[in-house]
Amino acid sequence: MNEKAMRKNRWQSVIFLLIIIVLTYWSSFITQFNFWDGLVTIPEATGWMLSNLSITQDSLERLPKIMETLVETIFMSIAATTLAAAVSLFLGLFGSNTTKVNSFLSVFARFVASVSRNIPVVAWSLILLISFGQNSVTGFLALFVGTVGFLTRAFMESMDEVGQSSVEALTATGATYFQIVSKAVIPQCLPQMLSWILFMIETNIRSATLVGILTGTGIGYTFDMYYKTLNYNAVGLVTLCIVIAVILVDLISNYIRKVIL
Amino acid sequence: MEAVQIRRKKDGRINIKVGNKVDQVVTWTLIILSILTIVAFAFFNYAGLEIKSAMTETAYNLKVMFLQPAISHFSMEEAIYQMVITLGLAFLATVIGAVIAFFLSLMAAANLSNKWTVRIVRVFVAIIRAVPTVLWVLIFAIAAGLGSEAAILGMLFHSVAYLVKAFSEAFEEVDKGIIEALQATGANWWHIVTRGVMPSTFTYLLSWVFLRFEINFGVAVAMGAAAGAGGIGFELFMASGFYFDLKEVGFITYGILIIAIVLEVISTRLKKRYFPANSN
Repeated sequence: MNEKAMRKNRWQSVIFLLIIIVLTYWSSFITQFNFWDGLVTIPEATGWMLSNLSITQDSLERLPKIMETLVETIFMSIAATTLAAAVSLFLGLFGSNTTKVNSFLSVFARFVASVSRNIPVVAWSLILLISFGQNSVTGFLALFVGTVGFLTRAFMESMDEVGQSSVEALTATGATYFQIVSKAVIPQCLPQMLSWILFMIETNIRSATLVGILTGTGIGYTFDMYYKTLNYNAVGLVTLCIVIAVILVDLISNYIRKVIL
Repeated sequence: MEAVQIRRKKDGRINIKVGNKVDQVVTWTLIILSILTIVAFAFFNYAGLEIKSAMTETAYNLKVMFLQPAISHFSMEEAIYQMVITLGLAFLATVIGAVIAFFLSLMAAANLSNKWTVRIVRVFVAIIRAVPTVLWVLIFAIAAGLGSEAAILGMLFHSVAYLVKAFSEAFEEVDKGIIEALQATGANWWHIVTRGVMPSTFTYLLSWVFLRFEINFGVAVAMGAAAGAGGIGFELFMASGFYFDLKEVGFITYGILIIAIVLEVISTRLKKRYFPANSN
């Protein structure tokens, strides 16, 4: 690298940094965010959390009810992810360049995935809430739609990585489309796909809380109820339960991932 | 050359499946997931659900939303303004998060820090990551009052946890030789970071930050709806939950969709340019 290029590089970084600073300043202006106020609240909030979110005897009595909704939420996310994976498998097969049937189906699969992924899960749950009402199915469907979008894209990428060669080899032996897919493509990307499914289950347990708050189901609703009735000890317990559940799922999926990848 | 032992099944056919651990784990995981899915439907709470009418109604609602989008409770300028607020929330949380995450990840990278600091930072980050963002925002909302501070702080926590994981993994992939060469010249820790680690990972870090910005946009919409943090998410919540104005919901959804797709296209480009090899 000669001196001129280095100087040019330095100018570029300075300009880049300036743009970031201006954008930061401008966004804190329009969102009325005061950096120092925010900074001051962190110790305040920590103190508040320590004094108010502690778990008392009274809140422990509510543990069975909390556990019940927590289990419902976990089941909801697993069901949504597994069923979404089944649908995404087909969409992924149609969308991937290695295995596509025809270009119309490929474009269609990509379009469906893109729309369902890019409309946030909040929008889906609010839309579905209008006619499905307050029950688990609403949350399930909202998670399902978002997961289909994400997994289709992930599956498509894994299938693209398989490459043309094994598909070509099987085509040469006269294998049918179904045989090619079940003997060459799926076995090769199954570990990768499983890893994505596990990742999605973990993510969905977290989003299920958000969806629950909006649609009035599962652990999210329980949290919201205690939050709005100012029962902060119970709020602390609910949060702790969610943390433990997510970390457990994380550990299990990390173990599986270590073995299969 | 010794003869290769061919494993046969009981009926004499050649066994083509090798029963290794990987296959077993994959099969069992799939079986357990399927069983759990079936059990899940028994656990669901079906209160007040009429699946048939709900399906037709949703189909009708979706048709109204996407074919006749319109706005009635606010003007076009206001819609754009709210959209910009949401983007601003996401931007602030990402930028501040990236700065904090940079320093924390230096402590969490095994090759730049000592064993105990690494462990402490990682456990800390894992716990923060396990709490859903909306809970952080709601908890901060009590301490800081409803408003952008609570939303940004809540989103910040999660962004930091996510970026620390990504950054520290990037730092750990830095060529050991670079660090050793700098150490041999007598460079101190800070020199190693600014002259050795930063130049070789900078673009990588930048694309992670952009990826997080893309995620934070979705999160900011969610926080507007669930925690009253303002922006387009709150308008969406009002339109669907209070006014039951499907056309407006459709309009807002289109707006969110367009921004999300633009962000996705940019981040895919960045990903292709800066890390073509491993794209997850």
